[in-house]
Amino acid sequence: MNWAEAGIVVLRVVLVFALLLGATVINVWAERKVVADMQSRIGPKRAGPWGILQTVADALKLLFKESVTPSNAELATFMLAPFLAAIPAFLIFMVVPFGAPFTIGGNEVILQGADLNIGLLFILAMSSMAVYAVVLAGWSSGSKYPLIGGVRATAQAISYEAAMGLAMVAVVMFTATQGEGGTLSLAEIVARQDGTWAGFIPKWNLFPQVVAFVIFMVAIVAETNRAPFDLVEAEQEIVGGYHTEYSGMRFAMFFLAEYINIFSMSAIAATLFLGGWNGPTWEATLPAFVSALLPTVWFLLKTYSIIFIFFWLRATVPRLRYDQLMSLGWKRLIPAALTWIVVSSVAIGIRQFGLPWG
Amino acid sequence: MGLITELLKGLRVTGGTMLRTITGREMVTTQYPHEKRQKPQRFHGRHVLNRYPDGMEKCIGCELCAGACPADCIYVRGRDNDPDDPTSPGERYGYVYEINMLRCIFCGLCVEACPTEAITMTHLFEFSTTNRRDAIYTRDELLMDRNGNVPHMFPDDPLIDDEELLSADGWVRATAPSGRVAYQGVQMWQATPGPASWEPEPSQDVIDARSEPEDG
Repeated sequence: MNWAEAGIVVLRVVLVFALLLGATVINVWAERKVVADMQSRIGPKRAGPWGILQTVADALKLLFKESVTPSNAELATFMLAPFLAAIPAFLIFMVVPFGAPFTIGGNEVILQGADLNIGLLFILAMSSMAVYAVVLAGWSSGSKYPLIGGVRATAQAISYEAAMGLAMVAVVMFTATQGEGGTLSLAEIVARQDGTWAGFIPKWNLFPQVVAFVIFMVAIVAETNRAPFDLVEAEQEIVGGYHTEYSGMRFAMFFLAEYINIFSMSAIAATLFLGGWNGPTWEATLPAFVSALLPTVWFLLKTYSIIFIFFWLRATVPRLRYDQLMSLGWKRLIPAALTWIVVSSVAIGIRQFGLPWG
Repeated sequence: MGLITELLKGLRVTGGTMLRTITGREMVTTQYPHEKRQKPQRFHGRHVLNRYPDGMEKCIGCELCAGACPADCIYVRGRDNDPDDPTSPGERYGYVYEINMLRCIFCGLCVEACPTEAITMTHLFEFSTTNRRDAIYTRDELLMDRNGNVPHMFPDDPLIDDEELLSADGWVRATAPSGRVAYQGVQMWQATPGPASWEPEPSQDVIDARSEPEDG
């Protein structure tokens, strides 16, 4: 590896970092705007044009505030938890390809933090790590409500991560039929969704795997602790949940992690089901740099459509009761996901090997 | 399945609201300091002491408003008019007139109690002060000037909306515009405080004669 390659790797990581922070600024603002519109309000509009700098103002405010430490807190864990939340949130997005690879000065640049061949596994591992942050934050605060929030987070994450993983299994099985052998690399999964069926239907996994998509969507909403599955931080019941005792920049870290998780999970949904950065680039008619940027635009467009669903759900659906959450996870989603795996594997088997009696 | 249809119904409501809000058909927020809503006609805002069109003060210092006030926030002291240069058409006038706006509950009983319609309410509602003493409105701040403008304690305040004074007030001004208390039983409305802008009322028999053919 020469210096140029090393430089490109560093640049890639910085780019992912900047993209996530920038996306968070937009997401927080966009959420408040969208929810405001759905409630016939105006939403933030004072900071910057259309209030777009609202998040920056909020972050600055939090930065200057005191970080209060409760006297009962388990100090080391209490200080560690916010970072434990933010780091996996950043890492998840590292394996998501957000643009087409291009060549610059003889070096091939992939627009992705790192092309892991076990990308999906890495995502599952990191999203499980994020739960530790919530649980440890809840426990180390030395306070009742955060503890309840932490316990809820454990149960919720276990229930819905199973459904999320099973939905991914169906996609991976289907992807294996689209090329040479199976793969867990997100770059490869995106590459296999290139092209069209019958000339006009994009070859997205969404169409053959629509049930898996629905299960995955429900699971990621629960996984990111968003309404209507935000029991972990249910204000009306347990104050702020696990981050009740956090203030200042430590709280901002949790906030950041939550919004990065929304972005990453939506990006993963777009990658797995909506074809990632695939889309028309019109290389013949458009200038080269526009064609090189278009895949990123498609990727962001798909990601933001899914993020919009997050906001829409939040503005619409009231929070589930705890037993409803559990019964939806265990009695509906997981059986549905398992059934879908069976159905989809039978269909794949028949397509590959023909009917057993034929 | 019921779950999904109910979810879709809900999403349709919020989505529809969003479209209506974006297109500006259903925005409920008013950008308050920049745009102000038209207040209801009988809005109970801060008080004003009215004058007759000839510039005479309507208040006769009778203290009925102070007696009617449930919050005991009005303090009035009357004084005899100077016979050569009377302040009000009556025997006495309100020499001291103070309302403590921190105690006032804006019930309007003072307005109802006033025999000369001297005290009415305006649409002004921006009262904030940095000091309790400033919340006690004295005669200087309550009494309108001879042009019918209500003085404000902080006339340079960007929140003060002078247009407010010209928009509909709606308090009954039952006194005859001639300035004499010749109440004929006909209530008239005027959009603004200040000198009356309508023609003198006819006497009751003229009104009766006018309305008789319609009554049949």
